[in-house]
Amino acid sequence: MLAFIIRRLFQGIIVMLAVGLVAFSLFNFVGDPINSLVGIDTPLDEREKLREQLGLNDPFPIQFGRFVLNGVQGNFGLSYRMSEPVMRVIGSRLPATVELSLVAAIIALVLGVGMGVFTGLYPRAALSRIFLTVSLIGVSLPTFLTGILLILVFAVWLGVLPSFGRGDVVSFGAWTSGFFTSTGLRALILPAVTLGLFQLTLIMRLVRSEMLEVMRTDYIKFARARGLTDRAINFGHALKNTLVPVITITGLQLGAIIAFSIITETVFSWPGMGQLFIQSVQSVDIPVMATYLVLIALFFVVINLCVDLLYYAVDPRLRFDGSKGGH
Amino acid sequence: MNAIPNQPLLEVRNLRVEFPTRRGTLLAVDDVSFHIAPGEVLGVVGESGAGKSLTGAAIIGLLEPPGRVAGGEILLAGRRIDQLSYDEMRKVRGAQIGAIFQDPLTSLNPLYTVGRQLIETIQTHVKLTAQQARTRAIDLLKEVGIPAAEQRIDHYPHQFSGGMRQRVVIALALCANPKLIIADEPTTALDVSIQAQIIALIKRLCREHGTAVMLVTHDMGVIAETADRVAVMYAGRIAEIGPVREVVKNARHPYTSGLMGSIPSVGGEQGKLTQIEGSMPRLTEIPPGCAFNPRCPEAGERCVVERPDLLPAGRSSAACWLYDAAGVGRKLRQPQTVPEAVNG
Ligand SMILES: Nc1ncnc2c1ncn2[C@@H]1O[C@H](COP(=O)(O)OP(=O)(O)O)[C@@H](O)[C@H]1O
Ligand code: SF4
Ligand SMILES: [Mg+2]
Repeated sequence: MLAFIIRRLFQGIIVMLAVGLVAFSLFNFVGDPINSLVGIDTPLDEREKLREQLGLNDPFPIQFGRFVLNGVQGNFGLSYRMSEPVMRVIGSRLPATVELSLVAAIIALVLGVGMGVFTGLYPRAALSRIFLTVSLIGVSLPTFLTGILLILVFAVWLGVLPSFGRGDVVSFGAWTSGFFTSTGLRALILPAVTLGLFQLTLIMRLVRSEMLEVMRTDYIKFARARGLTDRAINFGHALKNTLVPVITITGLQLGAIIAFSIITETVFSWPGMGQLFIQSVQSVDIPVMATYLVLIALFFVVINLCVDLLYYAVDPRLRFDGSKGGH
Repeated sequence: MNAIPNQPLLEVRNLRVEFPTRRGTLLAVDDVSFHIAPGEVLGVVGESGAGKSLTGAAIIGLLEPPGRVAGGEILLAGRRIDQLSYDEMRKVRGAQIGAIFQDPLTSLNPLYTVGRQLIETIQTHVKLTAQQARTRAIDLLKEVGIPAAEQRIDHYPHQFSGGMRQRVVIALALCANPKLIIADEPTTALDVSIQAQIIALIKRLCREHGTAVMLVTHDMGVIAETADRVAVMYAGRIAEIGPVREVVKNARHPYTSGLMGSIPSVGGEQGKLTQIEGSMPRLTEIPPGCAFNPRCPEAGERCVVERPDLLPAGRSSAACWLYDAAGVGRKLRQPQTVPEAVNG
């Protein structure tokens, strides 16, 4: 078990280094960084001095090593656009994205698993057919269209929910939260539904097909033959066996939710990291783009690690068989 | 449940199981009747697809839709159980009728310890505290011959070998001390060297507990050593039923005679059941008259038009016109080596 975790941590570090390399390359391949720092009229020798000071003349591995070392300490330099430390810029946007993604993920997970279990257990019920039809729409509509439709219905026609912004927020030190004000909560609804809908339908369809499969297995038949109650069979035996694939996909989807929030944040003018990223692309703010990239990769790596640990909690076959580390 | 003396424990009367399909309704179990006395072992043999598993599934009320019981009655200790509600039947399953399936590797939930599965089953049917149920679970594991049961109870299924898992499955079927066990090919998926042990275990446990068994297998050797009576099924019907010695030594139905040509020994080479030419017809292609007539060396004109019901034949019963006073009519085929018993 410990060896497995260490191996996974090691793999995570490799992934982070690879992403770091890509992020670092952005600096060198998208124009001369000096141009972004100094004015047009700066003389050449001053530029050269600055170049020497910043270590831009050092060999590539040394520059990259310095980038990694700084990055590990949370130092990603200054934003070109705002001349502020990148980490502070991103840090001020992080809470908005995390809260939005969290609510979207909870909606997707709770409703997705619930509807999936129902449609898997009662495939012939009318409600199951309705869920499946609606989920087809959810899967086929692009996120920005869902968002625009929701805005049209709930903000423009009905006028019951706000269509942009985060509402009022409460500060807790560096963290700002919209969970504690009514405007904040109301502002959260449409973007969270938009962001979670696609994942919801995906999770529902996955749980449904896994559930249908598990209900056909011999151990479910044998559980019935022993006279166990439906509740024990459906939720004790069947649901737990659908968990392993559901955990995998849900973990991946959680990463996807954070990454996809770019679109939702743009549609709803949500002041999160995704919106910041789009603004940074428009103004070629390389440090912010690079840091965003690294941060998203970090989310994915951490989530994957959690998924692996959850496997261990759920499936005893992994826990006891040391020879089969993977799955 | 106090069985009245001489009252059968299980009585199946004119059972019919059908599958509605697009191309019409398939009759997979056709007018099957038999009974099992308390403590008796009834062997059920027949080629794959004969309807053995469906008969067992119908008895425990677990036919998979669209399959359904289309007719007949099933009585357990005199009480009809084929019309019980799902929840009433659930209480019969496990408590009064236990079941053992073919594949021990897949019969246990891989995510729970065997102890959890045993305790859950015990507590479903018997009012016991968790601690009492655990003690009973350990006793059961010991009884089915699992060494170091106190430790093994907390192990997961994948930590047991195939034979050991089948022992756990047997323990699970015995949790509430049922009066009847339906064992559907309990050793087919096991290593040949372990089959004899498992059969011996089932035989011993049922003798000790007075449990009746419906033992489905296609191993005639197992039947010969274990069963009190045997039912031979063919194309959804019972071809012959009688005391095991009688059926083995004096087969009455031509199909049974063919089967007996190849009795493999328990634990030995698993012999094919069919030495008879041809194969059993599919449900869609069952011929009129006696379903066995295309393969039967004794078939006569009557066999292709009229279907025989079970007729008394010596100490057994056989569904064959040879045992009717009017006989089979003019023979369809050249007589081959005629089984001597058939002339009786
Ligand atoms: N779901 C189903 N739909 C149609 N026919 C079925 C179905 N399940 C079983 N049958 C048919 O019922 C017959 C009897 O099956 P079964 O009882 O499993 O035979 P066996 O004697 O080998 O246990 C077989 O011919 C099989 O094709
Ligand atoms: S009824 Fe006729 S065809 Fe059928 S088994 Fe008897 S002799 Fe053969
Ligand atoms: Mg079968």
